[in-house]
Amino acid sequence: MSEEKQHISSYTSHILVLGALLVLTAASVAVTSLEMGKYNTLVAMLIAGTKAGIVLTWFMHLKFDNKIFAIFTVAVIVLFLLVLYVTFFDYSYR
Amino acid sequence: MSETITSKHVSFLEHKGKYKGLLGWILSTDHKRVGLLYLYTMLVFFSIAAILGLLMKIQLIAPGYTIMGPQTYNSMFTVHGIIMIFIIVVPGLPAVFGNFFLPIMIGAKDVAFPKLNLASWWIYIIGILVVLSSQFVGGWPDTGWTFYAPYSFRTPTNVLPALFGAFILGFSSILTGINFVVTIHRMRAPGMTWFRMPLFPWTLYATAWIQILATPVIGITLLLTVMERVLGVGVFDPTLGGDPILYQHLFWIYSHPAVYIMILPGMGAISEILPVFSRKRIYGYKAIVLSSLAIAFVGYFVWGHHMFTSGMSGRALYAFSFLTFIVAIPSAIKVFNWVATMHKGSLNFQTPFYWAVSFIFVFMIGGFSGLTLGSLATNVHVHDTHFVVAHFHFIVFGGTGYSFMAALHYWYPKMFGRMYDRGWANTGWAVFFGGFLTLYLPMFGLGMQGMPRRYYDYLPEFHTGNIISSLGAILMIVGAIIVIVNLVRSARYGEKTSEKNPWGGKTLEWETDTPPTLENWEDLPTVEERPYEYK
Repeated sequence: MSEEKQHISSYTSHILVLGALLVLTAASVAVTSLEMGKYNTLVAMLIAGTKAGIVLTWFMHLKFDNKIFAIFTVAVIVLFLLVLYVTFFDYSYR
Repeated sequence: MSETITSKHVSFLEHKGKYKGLLGWILSTDHKRVGLLYLYTMLVFFSIAAILGLLMKIQLIAPGYTIMGPQTYNSMFTVHGIIMIFIIVVPGLPAVFGNFFLPIMIGAKDVAFPKLNLASWWIYIIGILVVLSSQFVGGWPDTGWTFYAPYSFRTPTNVLPALFGAFILGFSSILTGINFVVTIHRMRAPGMTWFRMPLFPWTLYATAWIQILATPVIGITLLLTVMERVLGVGVFDPTLGGDPILYQHLFWIYSHPAVYIMILPGMGAISEILPVFSRKRIYGYKAIVLSSLAIAFVGYFVWGHHMFTSGMSGRALYAFSFLTFIVAIPSAIKVFNWVATMHKGSLNFQTPFYWAVSFIFVFMIGGFSGLTLGSLATNVHVHDTHFVVAHFHFIVFGGTGYSFMAALHYWYPKMFGRMYDRGWANTGWAVFFGGFLTLYLPMFGLGMQGMPRRYYDYLPEFHTGNIISSLGAILMIVGAIIVIVNLVRSARYGEKTSEKNPWGGKTLEWETDTPPTLENWEDLPTVEERPYEYK
């Protein structure tokens, strides 16, 4: 059996994650009142992406786990962004 | 004690587990039995879809109404496409030969998650039943297997179960992909480094990542179409502010990589067969591995070539055309390596070799016609014509179908412990190959002449090509019947064999018993050299 050491997160880190998620949720609501044209979507996606990053890094323990999981996760996100980029090659120039 | 030893030495076919009879199969978590369950299911549905295809070709043997009207024809090509794509070629080689041989080829006793593996098959069956329910209630769907918006939520036919069934089938694919990735990462035998792994597992690995990452896109797209149809959410519907081209983007973001889900494991199987029947080390092992990964990666970015006439922006057209030409390179690398492997080899002309070599032939025709379609100028002229049907079948049927048959004839003695009749197998291949070319080659000409696809009728000038093509379809079905009857009959009555290595292979599956025992290995093998080391 594997004797890998399990990382146990502290309450403080959980509370900090919760706080960050609440602040960013408030921010994503707040930016809807700003008129930024097509950049509204971009800003909303950035905030949502940051929230997902916080959840993945601390709450889901990517920061403390074997680096291979982080590498695969980043690779998948890069692939997803590339697919979005190629899709918007159509929408941006129509 | 003696019972335990006996059960260890009994083949997986004869092993008596917790359940007997049919339950011993449909509740078995043994990866080999799960692989065979997929094989039998696919055999049944392939037969149904092939008959639908034959009926369409009989309809097209003469202009006008021959045996069916336009609505029936539309339903025929829809159901033919849905069954062939979602039930046969997408699960295809990974589900059958991946399940059966991946653990054996990497020296493991089973896949990483055996129960999940069986669950994948059950989800597959549930998906099939949901798809089939569309045939019996409210009229067959008539959208084509692509379910294009806005027609898919406007048609009065029963398209909902077909959409939902395809959505369910996607889960089976994802779970199989996860199982294979974990199995390959965690369960390789001692000494089997990444670059000592045979090429079939390598292609399964590349495929599994596409299954995991691309399938959710089609899942959510089909679900959105269901919501569009039921709730009118307005994502794709232009009358509600939606964008039907967005549907095409999302559909092809999955469905183009899905072509590589279909073809990559086939390429892996061919890469196993050619060195064995050439008695030569595979030429450019690492190039084949890297080109498999390159195909899997670049294959994500070429989906737009299905949409050249849909109304995309000009810059997107150039980008997709360029990327399409790029993805041809790793495929060409593989073909070069296969030919180089055979060059100056000691060729052994057996049935698997015939299928493998004819695979290269038809795949090349499919590949080159793909470049014709990937080129913007020619695409405009042949888009949605029979040229596309010919190209598609040369790649998907010629690629996946031929490699599937090559793999089945190659691994058959190991799977069943019996040998098929080689004379009938070779005859079946020859008739099938002749029929295949007679069926699909004229379609290139018909497409160049301007005959559109998905029409039950045509102008008189297309008659000659259609007669030849329809006769080819009949010939090909005769060939398929010879092949399938020979294999099915031989599974029961074929010459028994317990020879471990009838072809002289160098990979691990040829070191285990024929047929393999329940857990494949008494002691896990140790791997000390790369595969295909023919001296």
